[in-house]
Amino acid sequence: MTKDIVVELDHASIRIGGRTVLADASFAIQSGEFIGVLGPNGAGKTTLMRSILGLLPPSGGGLRVFGHTPHCGDRSIGYLPQLRTVLPDLRVRGLDFIGASLHGDRWGIPRLSHSERHMIEETLEAVGARELATRPLSQMSGGERQRLLLAQALIGEPKLLLLDEPLISLDARHQEVAIEVVRRVCRERGITVMFSAHELNQLLPAIDRVLYLGNGQAVLGNVDEVVTAPVLSRLYGAEIEVIRAGGHIFVMSHGSDVERTDHAHGHGHDHEHGHGHSGHDHGHHH
Amino acid sequence: MFQYEFMTNAFAAAGIVAVVSGVVGYFLVMRGQTFAGHALSHIGFAGATGAGLIGLAPLWGLLGFTLAAGIVMGALSDRISNRDVAIGVVLALALGFGLLFLHYYTSFATQATALLFGNVLAVDHSMIATLAALGVVTLVSLAVIMRPLIFATLQPELAEAKGVPMRFISTAFLALVAIAVSACAQIVGVLMVFTLMVGPAAAAQRVTTGLWSGLVLSAALALAESWLGLAIAYYTDWPVSFCIALLSALAYFICLAMPAPRAKVHAH
Repeated sequence: MTKDIVVELDHASIRIGGRTVLADASFAIQSGEFIGVLGPNGAGKTTLMRSILGLLPPSGGGLRVFGHTPHCGDRSIGYLPQLRTVLPDLRVRGLDFIGASLHGDRWGIPRLSHSERHMIEETLEAVGARELATRPLSQMSGGERQRLLLAQALIGEPKLLLLDEPLISLDARHQEVAIEVVRRVCRERGITVMFSAHELNQLLPAIDRVLYLGNGQAVLGNVDEVVTAPVLSRLYGAEIEVIRAGGHIFVMSHGSDVERTDHAHGHGHDHEHGHGHSGHDHGHHH
Repeated sequence: MFQYEFMTNAFAAAGIVAVVSGVVGYFLVMRGQTFAGHALSHIGFAGATGAGLIGLAPLWGLLGFTLAAGIVMGALSDRISNRDVAIGVVLALALGFGLLFLHYYTSFATQATALLFGNVLAVDHSMIATLAALGVVTLVSLAVIMRPLIFATLQPELAEAKGVPMRFISTAFLALVAIAVSACAQIVGVLMVFTLMVGPAAAAQRVTTGLWSGLVLSAALALAESWLGLAIAYYTDWPVSFCIALLSALAYFICLAMPAPRAKVHAH
């Protein structure tokens, strides 16, 4: 692993709609790292990614991506947004769906060259979803759509991959497969990954470090340093217990599992959920 | 029937409009903005009757009002939003204004039916030239914005992150819809633009999942429906717009009933 810094926040503050999401946060993500991004709903996981993409400049401090101020349309960043806007009746096949994004920022008529078509099919193959190229979007399950979007994020040889809640709407087995696919592909290609999720345990085997957000703060470090009662109590703004058992870590607040409570309604369902960053505030259990 | 000039004119005008409507309508359906297209045509009615008041040809009033409304609607929302209620209220208000303008310009009232339900048999050469010009402008502009338009439609969050000018794209697209609606209203009337702008596109999307095959099929269906509609109208003496509407509905429901080509029963 090289020591090149990919994402660096230097006393950065990020505000959205009058609300401070991050205040005076500093951390640096190094090249090739697989970072699990965690924190209660509303902690700013999506907002942070939008800032890294250059969509939302920090209100104070410094934010540098690959050593520069982030700018919109940076081709070295692959992005998988939270699945919010999929038109329910969309009968566009997977190939055209991904093809539309390939040079979607250029004017003119969309054309897929033979090599581009091949590249899409190869990437779909890499995430185990080759058959989605010919299937219309309206017939894909939530899990299949996620795999399609993951393939799309990987196309174009990004050096940084921002995956915003890619596990939502996947069942447990597909979640494991998705994490495994991301880890394998990104190790092979040396891609830095920021992977936001609700649940820490599934990410444990894959991640190098964890970025925990909450209460306007961000803590980046090894799981053992960050996922501790004092740190998480500070981030959740509530008394948190951390219980380690059998290789799993349970983050508990007043005797209930914070992550599972957070996650319960997004689990096992095969359709989209509006887990917006301005959504309900499950982080606090008073 | 081609020995009559009004029939050849009608075929030419309907052909131009059908292709433009089929192509623009394909994106309208894809973006889920059909109701906005419907509303634009009603707003155009007010424009057309208003143009009569100040002595202009109805087409220019139609075009002016739909264009202005399309640009305002596009500028108000940079993402796809179906603000049904707001659009519905404006739509009703526009029809009300249309009625008001008719009230003050009574000699124009005979043209009201033609505006509402179309009068393709009265098309002359200059109208064909105008429609052709509008059609070329629409199709060329659409080709220019096509790639970002599709991207912004399918994946707005990602498109925004990649630097696609979302507001410009949605505004430009609705402006093109406005032109297509104005042209379409010359053939089937403002009340029935759905028959050419939505019916063929929706039918095409039922039977094909490819982008280009869908576009071509949509345009081809619109063309077939309008020409066949004209022919049926010629031999039966039924109104042309009725015949086109009938064919459009038939095609849509047949495609709806057809099993989709790749619709294997998959876990859903």
